[in-house]
Amino acid sequence: MSRLQVVSGKGGTGKTTVAAALALALATEGKRTLLVEVEGRQGIAQLFETEALPYEERKIAVAPGGGEVYALAIDAERALLDYLQMFYKLGGAGRALKKLGAIDFATTIAPGVRDVLLTGKACEAVRRRERDGRPVYDHVVMDAPPTGRITRFLNVNDEVAGLARIGPIHHQAQAVMGVLKSPDTAVHLVTLLEEMPVQETADGVAELRAAGLPVGRVVVNMVRPQVLDEAAVRAASGDHREAIARTLAGAGVAGAAGLVEPLLDQAAEHARRVELERDQRAVLDGIGLPAYELPYLGDGADIAGLYRLAKELRKQGVGAA
Amino acid sequence: MTEKTPGPADGGPVPPAGAGLDAVPFLDIDPVLDDRGTRIIVCCGAGGVGKTTTAAALGVRAAERGRRVVVLTIDPARRLAQSMGIDALDNTPRRVDGIKGSDGGELHAMMLDMKRTFDEIVEAHADPARARAILENPFYQSLSAGFAGTQEYMAMEKLGQLRARDEWDLIVVDTPPSRSALDFLDAPKRLGSFLDGKFIKLLMAPAKVGGRAGMKFLNVGMSMMTGTLGKLLGGQFLGDVQTFVAAMDTMFGGFRTRADATYRLLQAPGTAFLVVAAPERDALREAAYFVERLAAEGMPLAGLVLNRVHGSGAARLSAERARAAAENLDEGRIVDQGPGKTGQRGAPATSSEPSHPATAAVSPARPSASEAAPTADASEEHSSRDTGPDSTGPDTGQDSTTDPDTGPDSTGPDTDPELARLTAGLLRLHAERMRVLAREQHTRDRFTALHPEVAVTEVAALPGDVHDLAGLRAIGERLSTPRDRS
Repeated sequence: MSRLQVVSGKGGTGKTTVAAALALALATEGKRTLLVEVEGRQGIAQLFETEALPYEERKIAVAPGGGEVYALAIDAERALLDYLQMFYKLGGAGRALKKLGAIDFATTIAPGVRDVLLTGKACEAVRRRERDGRPVYDHVVMDAPPTGRITRFLNVNDEVAGLARIGPIHHQAQAVMGVLKSPDTAVHLVTLLEEMPVQETADGVAELRAAGLPVGRVVVNMVRPQVLDEAAVRAASGDHREAIARTLAGAGVAGAAGLVEPLLDQAAEHARRVELERDQRAVLDGIGLPAYELPYLGDGADIAGLYRLAKELRKQGVGAA
Repeated sequence: MTEKTPGPADGGPVPPAGAGLDAVPFLDIDPVLDDRGTRIIVCCGAGGVGKTTTAAALGVRAAERGRRVVVLTIDPARRLAQSMGIDALDNTPRRVDGIKGSDGGELHAMMLDMKRTFDEIVEAHADPARARAILENPFYQSLSAGFAGTQEYMAMEKLGQLRARDEWDLIVVDTPPSRSALDFLDAPKRLGSFLDGKFIKLLMAPAKVGGRAGMKFLNVGMSMMTGTLGKLLGGQFLGDVQTFVAAMDTMFGGFRTRADATYRLLQAPGTAFLVVAAPERDALREAAYFVERLAAEGMPLAGLVLNRVHGSGAARLSAERARAAAENLDEGRIVDQGPGKTGQRGAPATSSEPSHPATAAVSPARPSASEAAPTADASEEHSSRDTGPDSTGPDTGQDSTTDPDTGPDSTGPDTDPELARLTAGLLRLHAERMRVLAREQHTRDRFTALHPEVAVTEVAALPGDVHDLAGLRAIGERLSTPRDRS
């Protein structure tokens, strides 16, 4: 498995949850993963039900089997100040720059600089080693911006190269691209079995490929169990209403006659959804990427659900040597 | 769950019971659309909750009720553009064909092209030579291609432009899929304050050397700073910025003025904000945050649009009972229909549940599901009342009288394994639906407990995506109708 796992996806598909589950799944026995977020929304802290994450790596969970998950909310401004401190020993001058609006300019307005800083921090964590030469983190999982912005976000080299043709930001961009375009990285796209997210996934994969970024897998999230197939629904409608009502009553359901119609409506809706999902699966198959499938969590994405998803991912091969 | 969890399994504080929808005011959309005083409707909310679709549906509905409407979308899915009969939306409002209604309403739709919008501003405010210099500047090109706030800023610019043209009496705006849902309120200010802030003045200082005496001090600061930034970004980068800033010089005041004007426009009584969400924890958390922020900014909130809400026409049958009945059918066990049976029907259902592997796998967190199911509880009471001499009395009465009599005869066809399997499927499907209902209600009640004053309209989930005007019309219909929660 690649060292840097980037998780993107359309808004609302659950990419933060998938990223967190992936970090848990990769933290098998004796391993350590780092889960990073780059958009300042504190989604990880909310998911793990902890205090807002500071700009520092801290242990957030113990994975099943004993691995460890660390988390970091990367803040572009702090990353830039650290960076200036590291390379230029700026000290108080950093604060002066901040006061003048220069840091704000560099991290929010200067095109691409923010993205270089964010991806740069993640790549630094990938490359960081212990004294004995072992990597500090076996895997780094990034909860990345949504599909619509992921290629531009990762393709910092192109964006920055046109502007900063020399200097440390340029070098930083080069180094970052070296990691991002290598097999050390895999970009996964989370989708639902619905038309819009699937279309966006197909578009996103095409964009990533065109930019030479390594696409990992499609993660089909919130897959609901197929309870009834179309044939069953067809069988249920029409002449069988009375028989169904009798069967319901026989199974101990009160007021069965009045329930048949709404139950059949639900079944018809279900059948239509199953059919739509099949169409969307066909579109996904056309992309030609391996997929992970994660079940819909009836009770929402809480910690218990997260561990369940991690278990599913391991069943599907995540974390296997 | 058997895994070790690092924290409590159920999330956060739970609002007091009784904060159901009955207490929540209904967001009646039609009066808002019909009020000629409503000139701008802004749809905002987290990504993936259906903001753009909501904006388009509102546009269709308003137009069919006689308004001249333009919908400004930010990044619509291709399908959505097609649903309005437009293959590709661009930066110019296009008329949408097929709008019904006799009141002379019209719908136009457009998609924000931020680079085009930025270019147009430059072209409109600078002489041709200067405009060309700006448009060719590398820094400008990156800035306008969409970085940190440009999209949000340009959305607000476009809104201001559309409003100034006065060709439409209602503008419906979608908001950008931002890092945070609030960026579109903040970005214009940020860009504005950058453009005429200290930093720009410093960058521009070399062009004005020999000016006021105070500049000398600033120049010291500047050389330190441009030195650092030059080292960091490369000298040529800073050169581009300086050229850009010098060329844009005369336009900065205008940017700031317009940003301020648009901001005030959003606070004006003719504006209505709709916070859009889905009944999920994250989306509603962002919605709550948004409601608070709008209040702090003095922006007029019309209410919350809750999309993709599930309902059931069979809500009086609880998940537990449905599942128990399905198990009865699985085991080919026909329950005796004796009249005393109804009273304790719930008991075997709950006790048999944990031992059933399938059920346990589907619902790992039973306790929270049942706690969080006020509808299920209520409907359970309701359904047990039904078995008395009530509305559905005749049905059950008939069953319970015929069954014991005809016993083997009537259960004969009922035990048809195919039919039993099918009916069990219907019941499982229903149990799952009820569980979703309970969770959605629980999530929504949290929001309601925090913001009981916010009017809400719920839009029932559709099985598929919207493909045409009829689909948008159907959503408009759902938006403006109180949902039947029976």
